[in-house]
Amino acid sequence: MIKVKYFASLKTMAGKEEDRFDLGRETTVLKLSEAIGKTSPAIGEMVREKKVMVSVNQDVVLPDAVIHDGDEVALLPPFSGGAI
Amino acid sequence: MSTATESRVRIQKEDFSVTDEIEHMKKVSANIGGIVVFLGTGRESSKGETITKLHFEHYPQMAEKKLEELRQKAIKDFGIIDMSIVHRVGEIDIGENIVLIVACGEHRQEAFKACEWAISELKRTTPIWKRETTSKGDVWVSPTP
Repeated sequence: MIKVKYFASLKTMAGKEEDRFDLGRETTVLKLSEAIGKTSPAIGEMVREKKVMVSVNQDVVLPDAVIHDGDEVALLPPFSGGAI
Repeated sequence: MSTATESRVRIQKEDFSVTDEIEHMKKVSANIGGIVVFLGTGRESSKGETITKLHFEHYPQMAEKKLEELRQKAIKDFGIIDMSIVHRVGEIDIGENIVLIVACGEHRQEAFKACEWAISELKRTTPIWKRETTSKGDVWVSPTP
């Protein structure tokens, strides 16, 4: 299973903090976005349109990155920490 | 209020003491001759809206990892002696402390440069998000330059 974590605005959109997907031993960010899109179409589209960054096991990856069974994927909206 | 600890980068709900954090860093080296501090605080207005409360969320572990990478790069690239970074998460009232960066150098020039670079880089690379509560509701904030 692949664990997908949602943060900030995406958590609000998804209505949950995380999801789990069974996509076999190996998949890609694109295929994962299609799986997410079945329940949250807007989020799947944001991933495909690169409006959010994707991390795998806490490292930011490119859209063609391979994801393995057991990985932790996070969908990261643009950051806004700090102040000013 | 939490006190400064050995850890140079921290993400915490509790408030921090600016004085304690600086005093803690002063003990790192007798060669420190200049300390530059950036303190970010909760502002009451944004884009014409009055903010009543702020909420910060982070990606645990990844956010701390990014802050430590940032600290290491600041030390290496700017030649400072050390840097500490503390960022608060959770509910924060207007006027309260949000983020503190303490850059310590032998001289002021490298400390100024490192501190300014660090807050810009933090906003760009660290998975922390801000939500503002206004009279019109709650809004997740888009990045600012």
